Amino acid sequence: MNHSMQISAGAVRTASLDAWRKLAPMQAIKSPVMFVVWVGTLWSFAMTVQRLLQDQPYGFALCCSLILLFTVWFANFAEAIAEARGRDQAASLKATRRDLTATLRNKAGQLTQVNASTLKQGDVVVVEPGQLIPADGEIVQGVASINESALTGESAPVLREAGTDHSGVIAGTKLLSGRIEVQVTAESGHSFLDKMIRLVEGTQRQKTPNELALTVLLAALTLVFLLAVATLPSMAEFVGIKLDPLLLIALLVCLIPTTIAGLLPAIGIAGMNRALAANLIAKSGKAVEVAGDIDTLLLDKTGTITFGDRQATAFLPLPGVTQTELVRVAVLSSLQDPTPEGKSVVKLARELGDITELPQAAEFVPFSAETRLSGLRLPAEGADSGQGFASSYISSFAYKGASDAICRFALSQGLAVPQALEGIVSKVAQQGATPLVVVSAKRILGVIQLSDVIKPGVAERFAKLRALGVRTVMVTGDNPITAGAIAAVAGVDDFVAEARPEDKLALIRAEQAKGHLVAMVGDGTNDAPALAQADVGLAMNSGTQAAKDAGNMVDLDSDPTKLLAVVEVGKQLLITRGALTTFSLANDVAKYFVIIPAVFAASMPGIGLLNLMQLPDPQIAVISALIFNAVIIPLLIPLALKGVKIRAISAENLLRNNLLIYGLGGLLLPFVAIKLIDLGLNWML
Amino acid sequence: MDVILILLAAGLLSWPLGRYMTAVFAGAPHWSDKVFAGPERLMLRLFGVDGRAGMNWRQYGLAFVAANLLLGIIAYVLLLCQHLLPLNPDNVGPLSWDLALHTAVSFLTNTNQQHYSGQLQLSFFSQSVVLVTLQFLTPAMGLALALAVLRGMTGGLNSATAKAGEPRNLGNFYQDSLRAFTRVLLPLSVVLALLLGSQGVPSNYQAATEAVLLEAPQSAEQAQIQRIPQGPVAAMVAIKQLGTNGGGWYGPNSTNPLENPTPLSNALQTIALVLVPMAMLWMMGGMLSRTASVNAAAASQAGLTPHTGLTPRAGQGFARMSFAVMAVLSLCFVAAAVYSEMQPNAAFAGLGASGGNLEGKEVRFGTDLSALWSTLTTQTSNGSVNAMHDSLNPLAGLISRAGMLINAIWGGIGCGLINFIVYIWLSVFIAGLMIGRTPEMFGRKLEKTELSWLGLLLVLPSAVILILTAITLSVPEWTANSNPGLHGISQVFYEYTSAFANNGSGFEGLGDNTPWWNLSTVLALLLGRYLPLLIPLIIAGRLAQKPVTPPGAASLPLQSLTFGVTVVVVILLLNFLSFLPSMVLGPIGEALVDLR
Repeated sequence: MNHSMQISAGAVRTASLDAWRKLAPMQAIKSPVMFVVWVGTLWSFAMTVQRLLQDQPYGFALCCSLILLFTVWFANFAEAIAEARGRDQAASLKATRRDLTATLRNKAGQLTQVNASTLKQGDVVVVEPGQLIPADGEIVQGVASINESALTGESAPVLREAGTDHSGVIAGTKLLSGRIEVQVTAESGHSFLDKMIRLVEGTQRQKTPNELALTVLLAALTLVFLLAVATLPSMAEFVGIKLDPLLLIALLVCLIPTTIAGLLPAIGIAGMNRALAANLIAKSGKAVEVAGDIDTLLLDKTGTITFGDRQATAFLPLPGVTQTELVRVAVLSSLQDPTPEGKSVVKLARELGDITELPQAAEFVPFSAETRLSGLRLPAEGADSGQGFASSYISSFAYKGASDAICRFALSQGLAVPQALEGIVSKVAQQGATPLVVVSAKRILGVIQLSDVIKPGVAERFAKLRALGVRTVMVTGDNPITAGAIAAVAGVDDFVAEARPEDKLALIRAEQAKGHLVAMVGDGTNDAPALAQADVGLAMNSGTQAAKDAGNMVDLDSDPTKLLAVVEVGKQLLITRGALTTFSLANDVAKYFVIIPAVFAASMPGIGLLNLMQLPDPQIAVISALIFNAVIIPLLIPLALKGVKIRAISAENLLRNNLLIYGLGGLLLPFVAIKLIDLGLNWML
Repeated sequence: MDVILILLAAGLLSWPLGRYMTAVFAGAPHWSDKVFAGPERLMLRLFGVDGRAGMNWRQYGLAFVAANLLLGIIAYVLLLCQHLLPLNPDNVGPLSWDLALHTAVSFLTNTNQQHYSGQLQLSFFSQSVVLVTLQFLTPAMGLALALAVLRGMTGGLNSATAKAGEPRNLGNFYQDSLRAFTRVLLPLSVVLALLLGSQGVPSNYQAATEAVLLEAPQSAEQAQIQRIPQGPVAAMVAIKQLGTNGGGWYGPNSTNPLENPTPLSNALQTIALVLVPMAMLWMMGGMLSRTASVNAAAASQAGLTPHTGLTPRAGQGFARMSFAVMAVLSLCFVAAAVYSEMQPNAAFAGLGASGGNLEGKEVRFGTDLSALWSTLTTQTSNGSVNAMHDSLNPLAGLISRAGMLINAIWGGIGCGLINFIVYIWLSVFIAGLMIGRTPEMFGRKLEKTELSWLGLLLVLPSAVILILTAITLSVPEWTANSNPGLHGISQVFYEYTSAFANNGSGFEGLGDNTPWWNLSTVLALLLGRYLPLLIPLIIAGRLAQKPVTPPGAASLPLQSLTFGVTVVVVILLLNFLSFLPSMVLGPIGEALVDLR
């Protein structure tokens, strides 16, 4: 599915209607700032009617009233469009789960076809290849390859297996191969997606902590401006000036921070939407906001930083052995080896140009706990069976294994252990890699270096996180030397070696005790306590239900480095709010210089000097300012929805840039814009 | 030239004073203990209070309120009964109940707004015992509150050991205010009083001297003999200047030649206006960096990671940034005021008068030094004058009002720094959002509850000043001012601003000794003193208990130039937006009329 950030025509249509609906008093009172505008609008309309009835000119009053009405409507529209877009996304999510049927298996083992909506937690359903999975659950039996593209947009199938940390399946995804039994973990309407759908639709949205704090500040500012304007008439009266209440309403509306107040709900909703667009399901808006504050990220090495399986990265022959010989024997020992390590040896050899084929009568010797080596053995007569080229290298066997195991085996076969071996082995170990020693019936040949391969792009992502102020800590069961080597290459800031899975919880607590806000990525059941303890617990969608329940976010792509996106969305939320607040307040300066001269135009000689923009007609000037004030809200909707772009620069530079753009820009823009609107209006009239 | 020298001297002197204050209030043994510890113990025992036990913000605030309540009642009763008390050689009568209340509250709030005329309506006892005592104690208590707020912002004195959410020790109110009195204000005042005495400021308990006029009176109404009141003037003038008090011995304050006789006395008094407020900033730097290193040391001793939201360097850097912000605003305002007063008075246009605006000024001091004083006295919440602010040109009048409205450029002792911290918190909130982090100060987050309190402080000046001004202006018989038109609005606005800012300077020309004026300004005085001191204490107390995030690459650098600029912009923008409309009906309107 494509979680598009585009706004559909349908969304605009419903949003326009919703914006009218939100004019209802109970809705309008939610934002104190916009409520003041709404009251001003009604008052202004009342004055229009009064002037109409008293046969006075009412055109100006009507104009003001209409612009005020649109100011409120635009603010409502901003919120409605964000909600509509959320609903669009939710609808496409919902589409994945319509009319699913399930094959329910009861305790006696009988199978019945039921509607998926009747499934209860704990039910076990059977899914055949080609079917859609009817409910969120965990595989209890079988291995499956699943296409989750309906959910994630990623078409490559993913592997899910019972009893592993990758046992979770999601309703609406398609089973490609394997017959599985799934235990239902969430009833219809209570799954993650259902929760997410309600969140993105905005129906369950609660204001986040920073949003609440900002709302309080905006309300206080509104009160300040209300006082500044409301006390004006009695002061003016003292010097015999009578002020037009309509102009005072215009002054008030222009001063109170309507721009940020109008866009504030949209910014919050859009933050959730952006998270979803990155295939992240946040359980609350607060979780997304907190992500922006994260300063420590705890990561499992395996599966996150590295691919998790060791891969051959070099062949290191002993003195007197050619590279070709070592490679050939290594390949022979691995050709039938089904483990990822074995396959990687062959892969690397082929890349080096090796074409060794499997001898016919070869017998595979699998790895066993007693021998701790694996390879192949040729029957005694195999030496004459035309496979001369292979046998000439290995005579009767080719094995690879841990250094001590091979050495013991070699000695038992009467082969010498060359002195140089230990040097090579320890050098490999020091680099954080695993040495596998290769032996043939003739001699010990050398070492295969198995390294934990670091995922491409990981180091860049960590560098970016670091620039955003997030310290990455790698957690691994490896010994400190190996861990240190990998940490250095991957570019993590710190690592904890020889850690058991259950140590993670203690680690998070220790970091939190130092005052850090910790994020943790995990997928296993034993990660669940740590995920719950972390300030941001990002669970992999492929993980177990316990992990997903414990975390406050789920990544549908199961991409552990997705945390970068979460941090960015969280920061964007705050920056967008801060930037638009600054912009809104900076705008006021220009508006003062438009409306104050207009308010006192008739009564105070010399006030024209404050008319910096030289607007000729006071009434048109006020209308121009009101138009700017109203129109800036829809113009900034795209910014509110997309969020202020963030770059990985220092906090001071970030502050300077945003101050220049939204502070200085906010100061200057209205001078130009209002002048232009005024010119246009004067030209039209 | 004089202006620059005076400012430079004040800045230079404030540095060692700030370091001395850091050491005095750190609580560690200090050489000053030898001199002061004994008398201090005696005084604490006398008042029956414990000067050692640490207090949390509630206890600290309660002690402050209780002490003020007690002092206020005593001062009010003594002023009411001054005619029955000794040291009244001129046989001054009792004050009316509302004037006594206003005077008591005005001095209790470190404002010294005077609706009486000092030497005529108050006895020596009232002036030199009641008022001078308050002039010493109120800045001392203000300083104590600033100490508590600063300690709260860094987690309290027990921050190295206390866990998040546990009560924090913000120090001991009695010990803090007593030390501020004995070790800072008293020694400084003695030195200044001696210096002023050497310049000829009277220092005695004699009744008024009678002097025969040199020139024969020109009309029958004019008296043959002039009575020249005297008294312990030097002492009161010293603390009035040093303690950001402003209430002088004589009604005309430091324009009176007996209160401010020579150029040197004028320079000394000008320096004294800003000396302690400037030193407060260096003290803040010292305290912050001390707390940071003490915490780090305590943590490393216990084998823990330092639990502190700032480094010693950042603490000093923050103080330097604060000093720079205030210095920039202060210098710009001084320059503008000096320039303004160089311009001729518009009222004399066409009369052939040239040169600066000398209306309402002492020719001895000229326009520059009068403008300097008027700017600094309104910035520091002092309010003493060496010229009539009513007669300032509109721009300088505007500047003096801006100084009071901002009330955080140097500011009153304690309250100025606290007001500045409130601006810092607001700036931190906006700037924090703009760098994408939950706003935090010294590692402690500003959340909804803190913002609610800050919102209250944001609304408070507008609410008090504008509403009282509007009410007074809408009942002209209450207004009782000397000027019609825009200047009349200015006078009323100035009076309430001065009261709310606890400044005390008068625009004068206002018949302000009426029950309405006395009572309404009492309201402004109380709201302007206690809420801006106690609310930040609450915020700091709440911050103290919060978990601390150590400073990192993504935290807001409070000592940076960019943040300093943000603070300047926030200070100017908030006040500009709050008060522009009412200013247009006052000094701006007047200036526009003049310019035409």
